[in-house]
Amino acid sequence: MTSLPASTPPKQLGLVIDLDTCVGCQACVVACKEWNTGGYPAPLSDQDPYGADARGAWLNRVHGFEAGEGADGMTVHFPKSCLHCADAACVTVCPTGASYKRDEDGIVLVEEDKCIGCGLCAWACPYGARELDGVSKVMKKCTLCIDRIYNENLPEDERQPACVNTCPAHARHFGDLADPESQVSKLVAERGGFDLMPEMGYRPTNKYLPPRPRSGGTGCGGTVPALEDADPAGGFLGWVDRMLSR
Amino acid sequence: MHPAPSIIVFTALSGAGYGLLFLLGLGSAGGVLPESPAFGGVAVGLALVMVSAGLVSSTFHLGHPERAWRALSQWRSSWLSREGVAALLTYIPAVALGLLWVLGARGGWTILAGLGTAAGAVVTVFCTSMIYGSLKPVAEWHQPWVPPVYLGFALMTGALWLMLVLALFGQPIGGLGLLATIAILLAWGLKFGSWRHPVAEGRPTPETATGLGAFGTVRMLEPPHTQSNYLLNEMAFRVGRKHAERLRKIAVMVGLGASLILALGAVASGGAGATVAAAGAVVAGMTGVLIERWLFFAEARHTVALYYGEPAAA
Repeated sequence: MTSLPASTPPKQLGLVIDLDTCVGCQACVVACKEWNTGGYPAPLSDQDPYGADARGAWLNRVHGFEAGEGADGMTVHFPKSCLHCADAACVTVCPTGASYKRDEDGIVLVEEDKCIGCGLCAWACPYGARELDGVSKVMKKCTLCIDRIYNENLPEDERQPACVNTCPAHARHFGDLADPESQVSKLVAERGGFDLMPEMGYRPTNKYLPPRPRSGGTGCGGTVPALEDADPAGGFLGWVDRMLSR
Repeated sequence: MHPAPSIIVFTALSGAGYGLLFLLGLGSAGGVLPESPAFGGVAVGLALVMVSAGLVSSTFHLGHPERAWRALSQWRSSWLSREGVAALLTYIPAVALGLLWVLGARGGWTILAGLGTAAGAVVTVFCTSMIYGSLKPVAEWHQPWVPPVYLGFALMTGALWLMLVLALFGQPIGGLGLLATIAILLAWGLKFGSWRHPVAEGRPTPETATGLGAFGTVRMLEPPHTQSNYLLNEMAFRVGRKHAERLRKIAVMVGLGASLILALGAVASGGAGATVAAAGAVVAGMTGVLIERWLFFAEARHTVALYYGEPAAA
């Protein structure tokens, strides 16, 4: 159904993404595509994948931004996927009931057999989290790897989204953001995790951790440690230097 | 936003059809329209053809048109679903009105069918406008002017079409001339209001989109993909804005200026002259609305473009 859950879901599963440690390697993007193109829904197709105009449907993309000026400027790698919002307008605008938010864990999913491919949910999402597949013509979005996280055929430590599982920098964390005692909630509290575009009022579940403050004095304007002295005055090296300089 | 021809044609054509149905419904209930079965059949038939062509055109936009029937199920939350339901329900009184007119029936049932048709037309056009008006990520759409503008243009184009049908049947245009004049001025007045509506205030910026505003201004360094994708094709359309000012002027000159002059010409002249002028007014009015509708999409900026290097709106 395209109404949002009547009461707040007991669990609110989501991601916490650390913009401080993300190195922009795109491993999460590839791992996501690899897992989700072979899962229960229709494949994530590409068009002209080896040609000049390669394009396709991806559920997770890493943007690159610059923030600040000069020595204070920073490069930020910025992964973005569905934020599984509490007030998910993509769900309520859906005319067919294909888009829904699960009562039990707050995950937002698309039932592809009901999707008419009207694209209204993608318009309703301020974050650009939904992409229409070029072949199956149904809407694609992050499932939080629902076929991994509850999959008892996988070893327990692999029951998390493919992007989290693969991240070599540990910049992605998965857990229950409704539980203030969960690891992810503690991380958000500790590091000052924030919402994207809070003014939109969608109350996203996924949180982003800001880059940590840079330690001072190492930028372009800072002092560079001097090379070691080539004319040592005293001690053993000074004696060797004096002897050999004769 | 990408101006898909199927949606532009749909909203313009079905808007005109519902505008015509609204006037036919009220006019027949009020007994101010010709009672001739031929006139009723042609006028209601024309309106239903426009409405149906518009609805069929809208399904061309779908990835799975064969599942379109499912869109009638979620009227509790979705304006698109409500529009579908309202459009289908409006067929009932509208078809009844057409049949009663053709059969020469008078009184109770005709009045009921007329009022039902008029109400259904208003509700359907309002639902269409709210599909766009309810979308928060597009500030140009998420503003109070959008529903009145849609209703205004439906009334305007409906009045112009009715004028043409009256002229074709050699009927006096009479009071409809005044109504059409008011509708043209009203529709464009509302449109000027929506164009002047401030949309920059409180709107997301690259800083709030990324949450990195505390570190300074945010700008794109690398896009996440080398070629285009669905998001950019669908929601980051920029070509239209380049010529927006000029297109607005053309839309006003044709849709307001030319259609008003031709409508007044149709009132002033009689016979074949009235038919030609009324046909010209329909062409001018519809052209103006098509350009206006194209701009409605092309000028609308979606927040997702902020992630692709679009600066904050001025």
